[in-house]
Amino acid sequence: MNPLYEVVRNPDRCIKCRVCERQCANEVHKYDAELDKMISNEMTCVDCQRCVCLCPTHALKIRPNENQFRENANWSHQIMDEVYKQAGSGGVLLSAMGTPKQYPVYWDKILLNASQVTNPPIDPLREPMETKTFLGKKSQKITYDENGKAHYEKTPYLELDVPIMFSAMSFGSISKNAHESLARAATELGTYYNTGEGGLHEDFYKYGKNTICQVASGRFGVFKGYLDAGAAIEIKMGQGAKPGIGGHLPGMKINDEISRTRMIPKGTDAISPAPHHDIYSIEDLRQLVFSLKEATNWEKPVIVKIAAVHNVAAIASGVARSGADIIAIDGFRGGTGAAPTRIRDNVGIPIELALAAVDSRLRDEGIRNDVSVVVGGSIRSAADVVKAIALGADACYIASAALLALGCHLCRSCNTGKCNWGIATQRADLVKRLNPDVGYKRLVNLVTAWDHEVKEIMGGMGINSIEALRGNRLMLRGVGLTQKELDLLGIQHAGE
Amino acid sequence: MIIDAKNYDYTEINRLIRESSDEKIELNNVLGQRYLGAGTSGKELLINGTPGNALGAYLNGSKIIVHGNAQDAIGDTMNGGAIIVHGNCGDTTGYAMRSGEIYVQGNAGYRVGIHMKSYEELYPIIVIGGRVGDFLGEYQAGGIIIVFGIGVEGIPVGPFCGTGMHGGEMFIRSENAPTGLPKQVCCAEATDEEKQSIKHYAERFVKHFGGSADELLQSRFWKLTPNSASPYKQLYVDNL
Repeated sequence: MNPLYEVVRNPDRCIKCRVCERQCANEVHKYDAELDKMISNEMTCVDCQRCVCLCPTHALKIRPNENQFRENANWSHQIMDEVYKQAGSGGVLLSAMGTPKQYPVYWDKILLNASQVTNPPIDPLREPMETKTFLGKKSQKITYDENGKAHYEKTPYLELDVPIMFSAMSFGSISKNAHESLARAATELGTYYNTGEGGLHEDFYKYGKNTICQVASGRFGVFKGYLDAGAAIEIKMGQGAKPGIGGHLPGMKINDEISRTRMIPKGTDAISPAPHHDIYSIEDLRQLVFSLKEATNWEKPVIVKIAAVHNVAAIASGVARSGADIIAIDGFRGGTGAAPTRIRDNVGIPIELALAAVDSRLRDEGIRNDVSVVVGGSIRSAADVVKAIALGADACYIASAALLALGCHLCRSCNTGKCNWGIATQRADLVKRLNPDVGYKRLVNLVTAWDHEVKEIMGGMGINSIEALRGNRLMLRGVGLTQKELDLLGIQHAGE
Repeated sequence: MIIDAKNYDYTEINRLIRESSDEKIELNNVLGQRYLGAGTSGKELLINGTPGNALGAYLNGSKIIVHGNAQDAIGDTMNGGAIIVHGNCGDTTGYAMRSGEIYVQGNAGYRVGIHMKSYEELYPIIVIGGRVGDFLGEYQAGGIIIVFGIGVEGIPVGPFCGTGMHGGEMFIRSENAPTGLPKQVCCAEATDEEKQSIKHYAERFVKHFGGSADELLQSRFWKLTPNSASPYKQLYVDNL
């Protein structure tokens, strides 16, 4: 097989400082003393851009290998490569991060409204704008006592200063420094990060009030103290990048700290079965939801996370009736630390359609206020956030965008464990490249900037509270969409 | 404290348990209330009747004794303590259990000990007196599962025993070896020395339910262990 990328080294600029050699965990660069020059083994290059970014003289470029198989519209180079890989190994193809395939991104085919003349826009720099969000059941019943004071049933809820949370990434799939960055950023931003299914590192219990503790089929690191530590508990039923598939952290990645956090022996595989083997129905799900509530004295909201699949609306309706306080829906463009390529690229549906279907269904059934809806699975910008909320979401989960803020260049090789940016790796020499003092600040910057943008867009619509934007599909118009797509999204075409 | 469970639902019973300063609590007339004792530590619950599903879920050190049958998912994600059932119990007994001990006098349902795991001093034990259904010890990653098969004719475990097993051990008392085992599992007759390693649990079992540990251990046992620490290692190829 040919290398996927070419390393282009400008000899006039290269000063043989060997930074690239030291920085590359894939061992692409090497100094040849005999030739007194840097040489490249491009076979192992993943185009993570680490060497390019750190080359002090900008002598490096990574570009796609110009050598290609004979052009064929049906049999692309990629598909042929995959056949060769499987013929050589007999293995299931394993990839990372969200699908790179060209599926429609409906966010990019939806346009937002703004006020003109009547109902004038609001300037967020001088008018108060509210993006605070509450997640949980919304009380339906309000009673008044003899003094006219209102009383309503209050169930546990989450309070977010911004309608954005960091979604589940386990310690194991990402590094301790990445987790620390997320935890500290969530604390400073007044929002939440999610442990994923790998337990909670002992150093991070102090961020508990901004932590969502996940419970998945493998129950790694789950015990009373863990359930009590967080602000909410999330049951992972599915993940957008790999609906219907479990997780498998190979034994070689289970080092001392991960072993301690997951509470499993060092060096053994951590297998999360695809299903929860005690859940075969909504009633069974209800049992897990309520057992968690009982175990935590009814003090914490329970989130049920599902992947966006064909019957997502019916599934969400069931979840809403299971006693869950919040439903998280993960779209099929969402990321992963490792997933079978064929699953990632072919299973599930886009989050935009799933969200519209779920919100409509829950409204039609009169149970929308019984749950909050959080969506993830490739929310890439403040515009995506605004569109998601106008389509009916209460808040958004971001993860790929958060990793980008930490330095990820989307080389999609998380599964190798050799992340040169110190994010998706457990190698101490690589992990230390991600400084949590810098990382958390960059996350705070990103979300703060998005929050400003959300407010600006809302202001333009003449809306000063995110509550007034929620499910306000009149603020959305489609471009280049079929009538069927518009109907499913519940929006009109631009010009209508 | 004695609680007459007849007129209470599980939330009320659990609240009473949590709020009681008594260590020993007796629950009478229990009939299907779920999640009893969930997440508790430092209590001793004596349950008379039939507790509902997820008895002692996330149990964190309490001891629960059931005089009657238990239902599904007892000891789900249990982290310590003991559950002793003087009767039968249902499916997924000890799901993802990490520590503590479950003793069942009679039979248990499907998927007993699924995803049971151990970690350092945390080492879970499940002992079933009678027979169990299919998929015993599925995905087992640690701990010991013992099936005595007392009074059972033939093999006391169902098929697909140890599917996905990648840690821990199972001991099955039976004249003949279990059949229909997946390839991730090694099965061999337990040596006398190996049988001695579970003597302690056999003694505990007979202490709870009567009988003779020595007599039990005189029979043939089959020891099941994982075939490899990484049964799925060869399954994948990186596709960057």
